[in-house]
Amino acid sequence: MRRVVTIAGLAFLFSIPLWLGNFYLLHVLIITGIFIIAAMSLNLLLGYTGQLSLGHAAFFGIGAYVSSLASLGFEVHLLPDWLVTLDPKPVWFAMACAIVITGLCGWAIGRIAFKVRGAYFVIVTISFAEVVRLVALNWDELTQGPMALNNIPPLSVAIPGLVDITFIGKVANYYLVLVFAILAYVIIARLVRSRAGRAMIALKENEALAASVGIDVTKYLVLATVVSAAIAGAAGALYAQYVRIVDPNVFLFIYTVTMVIMVVAGGKGTLAGPVVGGVIFGLLPEGLRSLAIAPEVQWIVYGVLMILVVYLLPQGIVPALRSLRQHRHPINSEPQPHADASARQVAP
Amino acid sequence: MNPEVPRVALAVERLSIRFGGLTAVESMSFAVNEGEVVSLIGPNGAGKTSAFNAITGYLPAASGDIAYRGERLNGMKPNRIAELGVVRTFQKTSVFAGQTVLDNILIGLHSRSRQYPIAILLGFPFVAREEEELVEEAHEILRFVGINAPAAELASSLPYGELRLLEVAVALAAKPTLLLLDEPVSGMNPTETANFMKTLTRIRARDITVLLVEHDMKIVMGVSDRVVCLNQGRIIAEGAPVEIQRNPEVIRAYLGERYARAQN
Amino acid sequence: MDQLLQHCLNALVLGGTYALLGIGLTLIFGIMRVVNFTHGELYSFGAYMMYMFVMLLHLDFFLSLLLAMLLGIALGAAIEFLLLRKLRGADIDTTMLVMIGAWIAMQNLEQLLWSGVAKSIRTPFPSSPLVIGALSVSWNRLFVLAVALGLIMSTYALVNRTRLGRAMRATFQDPDTAALMGVDIGTIYMSTFALGSGLAAAAGALLGPIFVVTPTMGDLASLKAFAIVILGGLGNIVGATIGGFILAFIEELGAGYISSGYRDAMGFLLIIAILLVRPTGLFSRKERIG
Repeated sequence: MRRVVTIAGLAFLFSIPLWLGNFYLLHVLIITGIFIIAAMSLNLLLGYTGQLSLGHAAFFGIGAYVSSLASLGFEVHLLPDWLVTLDPKPVWFAMACAIVITGLCGWAIGRIAFKVRGAYFVIVTISFAEVVRLVALNWDELTQGPMALNNIPPLSVAIPGLVDITFIGKVANYYLVLVFAILAYVIIARLVRSRAGRAMIALKENEALAASVGIDVTKYLVLATVVSAAIAGAAGALYAQYVRIVDPNVFLFIYTVTMVIMVVAGGKGTLAGPVVGGVIFGLLPEGLRSLAIAPEVQWIVYGVLMILVVYLLPQGIVPALRSLRQHRHPINSEPQPHADASARQVAP
Repeated sequence: MNPEVPRVALAVERLSIRFGGLTAVESMSFAVNEGEVVSLIGPNGAGKTSAFNAITGYLPAASGDIAYRGERLNGMKPNRIAELGVVRTFQKTSVFAGQTVLDNILIGLHSRSRQYPIAILLGFPFVAREEEELVEEAHEILRFVGINAPAAELASSLPYGELRLLEVAVALAAKPTLLLLDEPVSGMNPTETANFMKTLTRIRARDITVLLVEHDMKIVMGVSDRVVCLNQGRIIAEGAPVEIQRNPEVIRAYLGERYARAQN
Repeated sequence: MDQLLQHCLNALVLGGTYALLGIGLTLIFGIMRVVNFTHGELYSFGAYMMYMFVMLLHLDFFLSLLLAMLLGIALGAAIEFLLLRKLRGADIDTTMLVMIGAWIAMQNLEQLLWSGVAKSIRTPFPSSPLVIGALSVSWNRLFVLAVALGLIMSTYALVNRTRLGRAMRATFQDPDTAALMGVDIGTIYMSTFALGSGLAAAAGALLGPIFVVTPTMGDLASLKAFAIVILGGLGNIVGATIGGFILAFIEELGAGYISSGYRDAMGFLLIIAILLVRPTGLFSRKERIG
């Protein structure tokens, strides 16, 4: 049953460009998809390890910049007489670099997370994002500052004699983002259903108890931040190669906030949460825009919705729906002794 | 090796613990032999839980040595100590409340699992196979401890007695060779306590050494091989349960406490 | 040398308002455990009220300053009552999300009401600066410094010398015990939030006439206030005061001698550095208030 739903859902997602004539809507879906990937990565930290990172846009932005710079090449003076030159690299390689480098940044932030928790961690992550933004804004020689990096090449994959695709245009990019999103989902799902994921949940719920059964808390916090940052970096790289222009605004706090809203509204600590929240909050601005209201009003609605979500659905939409379903079919939720293994697969 | 001579499992030597200027434990020395059940008793504030915390790495020792099977534990992180087989429970009921009973045990089985991150991310088949084995093992532990609640139940919805059993089950999942139980039956009703005694006997039968902190004298006298009595951070008596019951110092420590309480 | 002195003078003025921002936030953070993202909005609110009273209603400059601060107090009390009261006891992430929502809504409301165009405010001070040797400082800046110092000392006295302050300190140490001793926690929380907000509004009203007023001016102010709180330690008024001046000096000297583009980055680098070395802040022996 569950498999049928999954296949039907995927078939629907893959069919969208075939019948959706509106290219603008397809563009909105692509951007939403990219943000859903970022939100999923944030969920790994926020929902599973319980660390609220408000600097997640930094990983996204670093991914975008690394990917752009590696595919465009650059010349930069690290010291007045020390010129570093990088020739343009293939885009797939640039994107891989983005993922690796954001992963390394995640490692560094993860190490800090071990030292400071709670509100302090939140502030460290904000500070980190702000510093990175200011660097992007001021290091003209490398980033062009507010002038932005332009003409970023799109991803093209060429295996001689087999394939030669350039991901240019909406349809191709839609599929590219969809495939990345599915990959990210699968990776995160595997992680959280494994011993690593259990360790993360354990350290969120009760750190002292987690350590008492031999869980190396630091190690799993760092693992979570590395994977989370790398996926956010991949989302940033996708963004850069799709919109093909990157400016320091990718680091804006509002992007982090958007990801946080998606995760919290959808349901932190659930696999489907960021997807559901992402679809709603990704498409909502467009819905509000079609009502022809000022962007400020749109953002006010956003802010108010965020407050309402916290008040009315503190666990998020997905857990709320789940408990609703369980109330309606109490028999289904009755656990059978040996159905536990499969039941666990169902409950993310 | 001569089986008649008991081998020392845990050796605590001249252990002192301080909080700021306050001394919680002063120069405490005792040893627990392999396979023994030793109880640590004493009035409130005697330093029992502090000693527990120092042994398991949750508190730094101001001075002294703690060694398990010859390995020095001082300065080790709690998770490293747990890996050596020294596993504890907590005085304040401590489970992963938001998780199911089964997941609680699976978290406890952490060190038993061999999945490493890359294997998990790439979805190697042995990971799924191992998960099945772990679930199997978790059910076995639940049966062993005597938890009847469904494994898919949330831990937070368990009745108190089962909750405390679940704590022990989580600790057992971590495969201890030395199990430290911090007031495991406090707050239990007599039936639950009796059940717990049976579980404790079964744990013993598995050759797990037990160090117990407990106020319930019936438990202490019923299960212990030896009893160590603390008062105000110092060991005041040590010996077989019967000897301890008759020890005047012990009686004074307990009566003194009660006397003080009556005066307040 | 003169240049250095001039930088120090500028930093002193800036530091006073930073300290106001930091004290307000550190009280809210320390006593209520609320990471207050609306703090910067209270700051810009103060500046806009100043603009409205002085430029649109043509009220007296000093009266406007007082009114802006009082309205900041009222707005803070309203936010506490409407948004935070029901969340008491909720975890820190929950209240943080609500405050982020409030921050987004407030900032955009401001933008809607006042448009994104920067506003400037006329002051009654002589336009020629006070010149001492090679140094010069505008009268307005001197006024800002004086008022800021006055407010800092008043707040310190309020927390350390009054009954309300004693109740606040008790709540900081242990809300449950304080409640048992007869402290009305609701009142304390509201007073704390109102006081902190009033100080932020005062900082905005003071700096508005020196710089210009924009809807997003609060963002950096919020982040800098966080930096100051971390520098000074949670709930530590003296720490926040010193932290405010330290941040101002580092920014001013960094901008003067390293790069003006990285002026705002100094604070954040400082935060990261401090938390790595002393996770509980620079001046905190223990978490304490006063």
